[in-house]
Amino acid sequence: MSVEKTVTINMGPQHPSTHGVLRVLLELDGETVVKARPIVGYLHTGIEKTMESKLYYKALPCTDRMDYLAPMSNNLGYCLAVEKLMGIEVPDKVKWARVCLAELTRVNSHLVWLGTHALDLGAMSMLLYTFRERELILDIYEACGGQRMMTSYIRIGGLAHELPKDLDAKVRKMVKTIRERMHDYETLLNNNQIFINRTKGVAVISADDAINLSLTGPMLRGSGVKHDLRKDNPYSGYENFDFEVPVGKHGDAYDRFLLRLEEIRQSLRICEQAIDGMPEGPYRTHVPGVVLPLKEDVLYKMESLIFHFKLVTEGFKAPVGSVYQGIESPKGELGFYITGDGTNKPRRVRVRPPSFINLASLPKLCEGRMFSDVVCAIGSIDIVLGEVDR
Amino acid sequence: MKDVLKALGNSILKTPLGLLITIKHLFKKPVTLDYPRKKKPMAPRYRGRHYLERYNDGTERCVCCGLCAASCPADAIYMEPEETEHGERRAKVYEINLLRCIFCGFCEEACPEEAIFLGQEYEFSDDNRDSFIWTKEQMLVPHPRKDNPFKKIIRRVRKVYGVTDKNR
Ligand code: SF4
Ligand code: SF4
Repeated sequence: MSVEKTVTINMGPQHPSTHGVLRVLLELDGETVVKARPIVGYLHTGIEKTMESKLYYKALPCTDRMDYLAPMSNNLGYCLAVEKLMGIEVPDKVKWARVCLAELTRVNSHLVWLGTHALDLGAMSMLLYTFRERELILDIYEACGGQRMMTSYIRIGGLAHELPKDLDAKVRKMVKTIRERMHDYETLLNNNQIFINRTKGVAVISADDAINLSLTGPMLRGSGVKHDLRKDNPYSGYENFDFEVPVGKHGDAYDRFLLRLEEIRQSLRICEQAIDGMPEGPYRTHVPGVVLPLKEDVLYKMESLIFHFKLVTEGFKAPVGSVYQGIESPKGELGFYITGDGTNKPRRVRVRPPSFINLASLPKLCEGRMFSDVVCAIGSIDIVLGEVDR
Repeated sequence: MKDVLKALGNSILKTPLGLLITIKHLFKKPVTLDYPRKKKPMAPRYRGRHYLERYNDGTERCVCCGLCAASCPADAIYMEPEETEHGERRAKVYEINLLRCIFCGFCEEACPEEAIFLGQEYEFSDDNRDSFIWTKEQMLVPHPRKDNPFKKIIRRVRKVYGVTDKNR
């Protein structure tokens, strides 16, 4: 009689360190992982399909709910794609404001990642500190869009409202505070022997493998490939900003940790530049029938009221054709592929979610390694299940 | 050997530095709030529960045009129109299902009469689903407005949308 040498176990979907409802099917030989298979779909919400049944402007709140740690990036990606489809140009002020908000989002997402990743590896206080700093960013979101997570602030053709008057002061204060606190994070983790032992040389992926698996974002840059859409294929005026793209060397979890910390620094730099150089101008373009007219015009001008009525009830008709717009979201390349069919609803909205595609590297990261490294691998990919399953 | 020495150095020399940070936080003022007793003031643009506005003489602003329902991504608004004795159109039934509502604020943006707006309240909880269907009576601001918050809200909303005229 043959004896089974391996044991198959389930990790998740309710495991606290799978960051939501990820299920990983693990085949173990003792403590060694022989096979790891991520199984997704437990948070499937059908967002892509829902967007097909909504007018273009009404599909926007759906995007907030995919990667709920980076709502502004998702809004930006969708709006840029629709603007490309419709051929709309936005004013400079809108571009600058969008860059500033997208970078705030990156800081927000990386802070949450840092807290939860450290928590998974046993460093409890990091989570409390990073959430304290994140509060500053959420306050800015609330002042802009009126909601702390589901902002829907970036709209097709501009922004929802004028930027708040005290945005300037708030962003500067936030940048200053987070810069100071970064020293604390580094003192706590950079030389923490437990953290180093659990991340250095763990979850390694080589540059070739990373490219073959079409990983993007910190997962790719951690292996030393310098690829960042903000530099390589600038959108929304990123070519006007001065920042660096950090890369790692070894492609392990520790490198990705250092890289994300550096990315927070660079994002803070961009935020400052955007605030310093914020041009004057309108916060929305004027394209009757596609972009909502200003509220004041709606109240006092007949034509604006008519356009407002038509736009709200019927939406706008997009031309026949497909566009793809990728942006560098905190987790990697977030792409929106939208097909218009001449009606007021998209025929298909396909999202290229960075978390989902990066998650495909999980078997490469853990197979042949110890069981306890799986937690570190999942953490260092930085997944948000809302985006993985959509 | 070098690695071991470095690890030893880290554990003996650097780890206490980290501990020092944690200990420092023991003596700082807590950043958390004692929530149900103390509340954080919400930002002026915060999108909470809905209110239906009135003119100064007490008539309802809402004319039941249906734009808010048309713009609602969650299909949370239901309404039926009627006519008053003066021949004015207004809503007979106006309901918002707060369980469907995602508090996106699109209704507020779409309304051409400045009739609906989202207030600052965010604490709704109940033990039955029916009480989440809010009717016109629950949402209309009280007529002689004694409470200050109701006076301020429309001014606040106008500021957000950049509407200047104060006499409407
Ligand atoms: S609340 Fe405003 S948009 Fe909605 S039906 Fe009334 S007047 Fe029309
Ligand atoms: S806030 Fe949004 S979801 Fe809620 S009723 Fe208004 S439009 Fe509908």
